[in-house]
Amino acid sequence: MKEPTVRVQKIRRDSVKTRLIVFGILAVLLLVVSVFSEYLTPCDPYLQDLTIAKAPPSAEHLLGTDRYGRDMLSRVIVGSRTSIFSTLLLVAVITVLGTAIGVFCGWHGKWVDTVLMRLSDMFLAFPGLVFALAVAGVLGGGLHNAIIALAAISWPKYARIARSQTLAQKETAYIKAAKLAGSGAGKIICKHILPNIIGPILVTSMLDIGTMMMELAGLSFLGLGAKPPIAEWGSMMSDTRSLMNTAPWITFAPGVAIFISVMIFNLLGDTIRDYADPRNRGR
Amino acid sequence: MEPVLKVEDLTKVFSRSGQQDFTAVDHISFELMPGECLGIIGESGSGKTTVVNMVTRLLDATQGRIVLDGEDITHSKGAQLRKAYQKMQMVFQTPTDSFDPRCTLGDGIGESLRNHGMSAGETQKRVEQLLQMCGLPTEFASRYPHQVSGGQCQRAAIARALAIQPKLLICDEATSSLDVTVQKEVLALLSELRGQQGTGLSILFICHDIALVQEFCDRVLVLYHGDIVEQGIPDDVIQNPQNEYTKRLINSIL
Ligand SMILES: Nc1ncnc2c1ncn2[C@@H]1O[C@H](COP(=O)(O)OP(=O)(O)OP(=O)(O)O)[C@@H](O)[C@H]1O
Ligand SMILES: [Mg+2]
Repeated sequence: MKEPTVRVQKIRRDSVKTRLIVFGILAVLLLVVSVFSEYLTPCDPYLQDLTIAKAPPSAEHLLGTDRYGRDMLSRVIVGSRTSIFSTLLLVAVITVLGTAIGVFCGWHGKWVDTVLMRLSDMFLAFPGLVFALAVAGVLGGGLHNAIIALAAISWPKYARIARSQTLAQKETAYIKAAKLAGSGAGKIICKHILPNIIGPILVTSMLDIGTMMMELAGLSFLGLGAKPPIAEWGSMMSDTRSLMNTAPWITFAPGVAIFISVMIFNLLGDTIRDYADPRNRGR
Repeated sequence: MEPVLKVEDLTKVFSRSGQQDFTAVDHISFELMPGECLGIIGESGSGKTTVVNMVTRLLDATQGRIVLDGEDITHSKGAQLRKAYQKMQMVFQTPTDSFDPRCTLGDGIGESLRNHGMSAGETQKRVEQLLQMCGLPTEFASRYPHQVSGGQCQRAAIARALAIQPKLLICDEATSSLDVTVQKEVLALLSELRGQQGTGLSILFICHDIALVQEFCDRVLVLYHGDIVEQGIPDDVIQNPQNEYTKRLINSIL
């Protein structure tokens, strides 16, 4: 009677593993492309040639050219640097920062917890775009400041998840057992709390990659993020909206790039959640 | 002889916002001698867990003193408390929940050993030895808590509690979540361990089953609404209960 269940579990686990490998490789591939984008372009992404402006896709220019005659494929590849790399940087920063603050608050409690959580309430209450405008006003525009602005308003979400999870963990018998085993706070947090709470946090950050990519693009559109002529998917799309009817490939190329990257990271997020679930851990 | 554990005037008041303060444990005192097995019985909500949590310092006492092996640990913190945990260990009520789902049983059992400076290789050997002592095959060291039964897990929990050879073992309803036959096995294991260790191991045995206490303990305290209403040799208490509540408790079982 036992055997069928065991087999089903095994199959499910194997498929989760395969998915993890596939999406992991795809994500890493995207990353590699974004890091080495400068060396992978077939043409110079910034070279203007008005004689071939708005040319449809052809053998020479696989994705056509934009209104200044720049090769779209090259621009999309170079754009991955700004779009993917800065998004990942942003998400990594808020994940680490937010989790650290949340775990600290949850573990320590008392006044530190109160102060930091009220602070996070304040940041949560700010409309993101207004805050980004304020940051841009104080620090000036540019990609770096856009990242800082988005990080400042996004960390509280992670802090809240990490805090509530830590509070729940603190009550478990195995944390009490770890205390009785003579483990100090640092060891308990690293060995028992973090591994048990990191699943939902990682899933949140994976799913946030898409949102953040969009928000960075939005800020770029307002002139608060990446500045032209820097290739950035979001701003490339916004800039060329008016050409949708005459030369749709110019808008579609970066759009599809965003779609594919967001999709890959979302699927990776789901897979990591499935994999992190201890019930999926085989014998 | 010095008592292993001396509890004086221990009190816990829970203050809940918007409600009246609630006295869960009300000025109780007791002693536990080396090699002795002291049972605490009482109905659900009588404050048994609160007492043990204060003794193990997982919960701060409102008032009173806890002296472990001659050392006052009522307000110990950090390193001092970790030293106290070398003398005192606990077996929890729910075996599976008391092991981290992401660590193997071996990791859990060896954690205290590693914390007290034993090398990885030596710890592994000692863990295998402990598992055998508690009647489990050595390959259980690499199993996860959800891969073993409740009874097996509780054996592993006892192995963990005994790893650093404590003087005081606290069992908070360690057998309650197990079925009757497994309960018997675990109790037999505890008796056997007591026999082996002689006066080296004292046990504080929390239970709500008076029959188990009669079988297993040298002395028993009856806790009612946070107060010790009766104490003595289990047989005496059961055959000749003085207190009204104890009478009711015994009648309800017989
Ligand atoms: N953190 C808390 N805050 C408020 N009240 C509490 C708290 N913990 C326990 N209590 C109360 O203290 C009383 C004693 O609880 P305790 O857990 O010690 O009972 P117990 O004897 O162990 O019961 P059981 O046999 O069900 O385990 C209960 O009435 C409970 O509601
Ligand atoms: Mg209890």
